[in-house]
Amino acid sequence: MSIPATVPLKPAPWKDPSARPYVQLERLTKKFGDFTAVDDISLKIYQGEIFCLLGASGCGKTTLLRMLGGFETPTSGKILIDGEDMAGVPPYQRPVNMMFQSYAIFPHMNVEQNVAFGLKQDGVSKAQIKERVATMLDLVKMGDFARRKPHQLSGGQRQRVALARSLVKRPKLLLLDEPLGALDKKLREHTQFELISLQEKLGVTFVVVTHDQEEAMTLASRIGVMNHGEIVQTGTPSEIYEFPSTKFVADFIGSVNMFEGKLVEDEPNYVRIQSDELGSTIFVNHGISSPPQAVVWAAIRPEKIFMSIARPEGTDNIVQGAVQDIAYLGDLSIFLVKLPTGKVVRVTRPNTSRHSEEITWDQQVYLNWDSTSPVVVTR
Amino acid sequence: MAKRSLLKRLGISGGTFVVAVPYIWLLLFFAVPFIIVLKISFSDIDLAIPPYKPLIESAGNHLIAIKLNFNNYFFLFTDSLYFSAFLNSIKVAFISTVLCLLVGYPMAYGIARSAPATRNILLLLVVLPFWTSLLLRVYAWIGLLKANGVINNVLQWMGLIDEPLPMLYTQFAMYIGIVYSYLPFMILPLYSNLEKMNWQLLEAAQDLGCRPWQSFYKITLPLSRNGILAGSMLVFIPAVGEFVIPALLGGPNALMIGRILWDEFFSNRAWPVASAVAILLLIVLVPFMMWYQSVQARESAGDGR
Repeated sequence: MSIPATVPLKPAPWKDPSARPYVQLERLTKKFGDFTAVDDISLKIYQGEIFCLLGASGCGKTTLLRMLGGFETPTSGKILIDGEDMAGVPPYQRPVNMMFQSYAIFPHMNVEQNVAFGLKQDGVSKAQIKERVATMLDLVKMGDFARRKPHQLSGGQRQRVALARSLVKRPKLLLLDEPLGALDKKLREHTQFELISLQEKLGVTFVVVTHDQEEAMTLASRIGVMNHGEIVQTGTPSEIYEFPSTKFVADFIGSVNMFEGKLVEDEPNYVRIQSDELGSTIFVNHGISSPPQAVVWAAIRPEKIFMSIARPEGTDNIVQGAVQDIAYLGDLSIFLVKLPTGKVVRVTRPNTSRHSEEITWDQQVYLNWDSTSPVVVTR
Repeated sequence: MAKRSLLKRLGISGGTFVVAVPYIWLLLFFAVPFIIVLKISFSDIDLAIPPYKPLIESAGNHLIAIKLNFNNYFFLFTDSLYFSAFLNSIKVAFISTVLCLLVGYPMAYGIARSAPATRNILLLLVVLPFWTSLLLRVYAWIGLLKANGVINNVLQWMGLIDEPLPMLYTQFAMYIGIVYSYLPFMILPLYSNLEKMNWQLLEAAQDLGCRPWQSFYKITLPLSRNGILAGSMLVFIPAVGEFVIPALLGGPNALMIGRILWDEFFSNRAWPVASAVAILLLIVLVPFMMWYQSVQARESAGDGR
């Protein structure tokens, strides 16, 4: 389902050591009493990025966003925006705008007045306000609703008004708190792409907070996966998905089959893992840096496991099991295969033909995977 | 069981009965006395018991004569005493309302923004004075304000003043009494309005460039308009006719319409004039009451937020 983020023509700024970060967090920490909401986060976000902070609720992602907006004061650490230290700078003086999760549209003003609010506050001339508000409303396709009151709008329309209101001041950095959370699934998918095209058109840097991994995968140039106030991994959506650095990330993004095992052969160009859960060994065609006999986990995505009735060729990475359950989703089917060890493996298979090989309940099948597929994590 | 079948036989359902009882109560104890007062206001004064002439007289030949006497009303407009008393009452009520708003708004705001656990305690403290009678509380203020009262004694003991400040029986004391007594009526509707406020709106306003006081002025204040109107009406309407507090705390020149009414009724035994004053007071207040009703209706319909 996930679509890879737009490929930048230039080398990615985060891979270019000379690139100047637009937002820089240095050892940022926020404590509420004994509770550490944001724990020692250092991060660089570059101009034009859509950076997604992804995590379950309570992981500290919203607190981090609110500190960027100036609504929370860091307990320690620094926030630099465009090279300027934001310590002590109140929200109304930051070069930042925020789109709130509740949208926070002013109920006593119509759409036009809501969008014009920030410009009026800045003392922009009346003619200019009129023009900029109209342009912005057209951009978010709300031009026909300028005179409507918020309570006359649908959820999707409110989202657009909130977006227009936060973008009309032409901020260099826009913070979005669960921007699509209140929309239904169809509308959400549609709006995701609109948001990306709008961001490209205006060249604004986005920092998005979301708990929805699909949303993060679609929107983000890079994702920061958060857990317990820390960023556990930063990377492009495909890096996060294909090369998760920890069990948590592998498990949090998409679904995964996790096999615990011991490193029995550790060569520079391959490793072999003995997994009691799997009842077999896992052959991985690249070396890892871990002491021999160490406990490791091999993570294999369901779509990277092949299933067949006949035994596939080769000797490595083949196990047998019985089909326990099948879920037909139309575009693909999910199979739960129970191994003799009792472990249940999740396998997805695209329904490429309308009459694919008939595999039914309780059937004995072979599972195998490429030796490049497992991701070995040590924690 | 017998009663129920009786009601059934009369064609009255349980629901109708439940609603009908309070309405009958109101009809008996509000409408009937009102009609009596209205009737008296159209009678002539008389040195009798009761001190007015009957409205309906027999005119012989099986005819009855109804004499409507508008003189009492005309009298109110000829003597400037009544006009200035009305004016003064409205002025006092207005100033009291503004003072209540100035004191009550920050309190309601503070309660609405406090933690839910403290909120209930703070609300309880606002309502607590209702546990004793108004009269007792006003008398307590006499004890505080009089020449050898608590406040003067403390100030003298601290050496801040040499002679007791004349506080009791002044306008000052009257306003203190009214604001003190009516403050909960301002705070409660304001609180229930502010409590529904989405505080993220203020953050959004700040994010768009508002300083805190600007976001208060542009967002909180307009959104609490219905609460302000409701609270103001709840203070203003009864304060116009207030009698006890000006009589006990205010000076002899506290010319309030409630005071006039009392004097006409008990001192002058001019029941018809007193009744006319009461009716006129009601007519003056009806628009405010209707306004309050419409504000209430809007507030419960959730319009404007």
